[in-house]
Amino acid sequence: MSEHSFTLDGKHVAFQPGQTIIQAAMEAGDYLPYLCYHPDLKPHGSCKVCSVKIGNHVMASCTTLAQDGLVVESDIELIQQERLALIQMLFVEGNHFCPSCEKSGNCQLQATAYDMKMMSPRYPQFFPNRPLDASHTDFLLDTNRCILCSLRVRASRDIDGKNVFGLSGRGIHTHLIVNAPSGKLGDTDFSATDKAAQVCPVGAILPKRQGFKVPIGRRIYDIKPISQYSVKERNKT
Amino acid sequence: MVYGDAQAMLLHMIEKRIVMSQPHTDVAKQVRAIVDDFGGDPDYMLQILREVQERLNWISPAAIDALEIALNTPRTKIEAVAGFYAFLHTTPCGTYRVLFSDNISDQMLGNMSLLERMLAKLGVERGKTALDGLVSIDTTSCTGMCDQGPAMLVNNRAITHLTPARIDAICELIREQTPLAAWPAQFFQVDDNIRRPGILLNHHFAPGEALAAALALGRDGMLAQIKLANLRGCGGAGFQTGLKWELCRNAPGSAHYVVCNADEGEPGTFKDRVLLNAHADQVFEGMTLCAYVIGARRGFLYLRGEYRHLLDALNATLERRRAMGLLGKAILGAQGFDFDIEIHLGAGAYICGEESALIESLEGKRGTPRNRPPFPVTQGYLGQPTVVNNVETLAKACLIARHGGAWHAAIGTAQSAGTKLLSISGDCARPGIYEYPFGIEINDILADCGAVDVQAVQIGGAAGVCIAPDEFARKIAFEDIPTAGSVMVFDRSRDMFEVARNFTHFFAHESCGFCTPCRVGTSLLAATMDKLKEGKGSPYDFDEIKQLNQHLLLLSHCGLGHSACNPVLETIAKFPLAYESRIMHSHYVPAFDLDGALATARRLTQRDDSAAHLEADHE
Repeated sequence: MSEHSFTLDGKHVAFQPGQTIIQAAMEAGDYLPYLCYHPDLKPHGSCKVCSVKIGNHVMASCTTLAQDGLVVESDIELIQQERLALIQMLFVEGNHFCPSCEKSGNCQLQATAYDMKMMSPRYPQFFPNRPLDASHTDFLLDTNRCILCSLRVRASRDIDGKNVFGLSGRGIHTHLIVNAPSGKLGDTDFSATDKAAQVCPVGAILPKRQGFKVPIGRRIYDIKPISQYSVKERNKT
Repeated sequence: MVYGDAQAMLLHMIEKRIVMSQPHTDVAKQVRAIVDDFGGDPDYMLQILREVQERLNWISPAAIDALEIALNTPRTKIEAVAGFYAFLHTTPCGTYRVLFSDNISDQMLGNMSLLERMLAKLGVERGKTALDGLVSIDTTSCTGMCDQGPAMLVNNRAITHLTPARIDAICELIREQTPLAAWPAQFFQVDDNIRRPGILLNHHFAPGEALAAALALGRDGMLAQIKLANLRGCGGAGFQTGLKWELCRNAPGSAHYVVCNADEGEPGTFKDRVLLNAHADQVFEGMTLCAYVIGARRGFLYLRGEYRHLLDALNATLERRRAMGLLGKAILGAQGFDFDIEIHLGAGAYICGEESALIESLEGKRGTPRNRPPFPVTQGYLGQPTVVNNVETLAKACLIARHGGAWHAAIGTAQSAGTKLLSISGDCARPGIYEYPFGIEINDILADCGAVDVQAVQIGGAAGVCIAPDEFARKIAFEDIPTAGSVMVFDRSRDMFEVARNFTHFFAHESCGFCTPCRVGTSLLAATMDKLKEGKGSPYDFDEIKQLNQHLLLLSHCGLGHSACNPVLETIAKFPLAYESRIMHSHYVPAFDLDGALATARRLTQRDDSAAHLEADHE
């Protein structure tokens, strides 16, 4: 047992120096929602869904180091409202057709929205024109669903050592690119064994010939809400 | 939008035209030469791309192929950077790239009618490249010429004082394909407009005088004077300069760096442009002083791309200083005091004024602000201790070396020592640069610049505060209104809603896109302001604006997102009438315009008769 601890919604959470708030909380079995975080990759802090209240500040728990005596609030109305707004923003920014999406039921964005009891996307849709890329033998790349978490970018760069993916553009025009002059995934060295094939929290990259192997209704987040899974189980999807 | 066949063909034709004039092997050779100029170092990615853009007019797939080989860097990394900066183009653009500065000060001087005039004269659609690939016309964020606008950039060269006659002349020059170098020199004239000089602008600086004084004081003595002077950063945040230098000096690292932040992008500010034009020696010497104190051997001036016109003169100044022994090895004969400065140009990204984004950009990456801490003083350029100071701060350091810290501390107010350069524009008789001791009242500033019938003053740019007449007795000082110096004046004829709407579009355009709240939220905010403008506003939208502001303020990764809501919050609080007149409907009205959605179909069928329109909107 570590002698270091902070409180999360009044409960003591032990941590090792160097751990971030989300790392310590998850090790203790507490749930904080997130989309751009992955336990195997360096924290990034871009989606902001894991934001918590510390004192008068709202901070991303994935990039904030745990400190002795910190009072961290997560399960409060302000934070719930702010997180919900982020999820709603992500839904209108891309084109998310849950009913026809193969990822439905295994999707962290959808599951997080359900868990937060999101009833509508609230904001006007952006309806961006985003390409679909079926050029790869084993994978379908559908950037309509991309939430720009950069997990695949980081996994390919930092774990696979390949740089298959990147983010280009700026602001609302930020978009995913792949490492080929043609811009097609089929012309890259991306493969099923890549870490980058396993980290997408949404349905932006789908293995081919697997469609509906597990029927809707029996998928991971159909069974129980995302908040009730351990971090390990969540990142299997 | 449907990507029409005609458009695709056109694009193909343009590409063909450009490719034909630049055979593949030739592109590779030119790219190779550029990469060699930068020592083949991928840290110079942005500078290399900027140079490719300048010489080849776009960053073509062939150029990226060549860069991939020459830099041994995956193209995802190259395209990631090329796609981030507004002045880099990965699709073919016009031989003449015209960008109208679109700050509110340019709009107030009629930039939009000039833009329309130019589009009509040249038969071009805004944001599209002309059929023959000759010209593309669009807008860009404030180019820092607010005191001599409306302004534009043509192939990144600033043109000021635009008038209908000047636009017509420019159209003619473009049509005749006259090279930019042969355009009338007065088009490119940029005035300093120094209206009220003070201790800084009046100082007749002799190159080397501050360094000689510093060497006499010694490193610790020099630092002590900066601290005693109570000098605070002039870029807006106002951090204690002496403390920053000390923290950096004390931070362990294999090398220390000095960076001068000349990415003066805050709308309405242009004082750094004037300092770099009229007092460049003093700025470079300030950097050298800092290098002496912190033990740096390399320094960078990060110059915004909009100030490309200053580059050659600045490089000449550096060269002269090297010849004088004020840069290079053993400066002023002091053994071990080696320091040199190189200039990096930005390429159209406001966010790079944020110090950690600036450092990313210096390292040749996308200008995404870093997670902080660690701060640049301990982990900056290449992860090493780095001081990032504003242009004005560094120039002032020279005055302190010369006159001493106590002299400086005695000027201004208790918490704000010295003077402040203000960039004044908008509705006033004498726009330009004014230097005041800290503590000056808004009233006095307005009287000096000849502003009458003032409705509001925007201080600190788009990210700043909006001051109404009942606050004109407030003072410019860290105790009251801190600012990097942008002062935009609005008289009673101006619509403060439009001012705020301009700023929301600025932030949406300049958001780096890294974090969700700012990437999506700034666009939603701008769209909601547009909805109000279109007369579709209801109390619901008003509440929505307030909520978006809260999300931006609480959740954003950096100051851009935090301040993106300022102009709206400030004007709602102080000029509620400007908003109330926009709340036309008591019930929610969708922003979606059914008839507007048919515009593409009408254009394709070349119809605009009444049957091609839906009936007028019904409530």
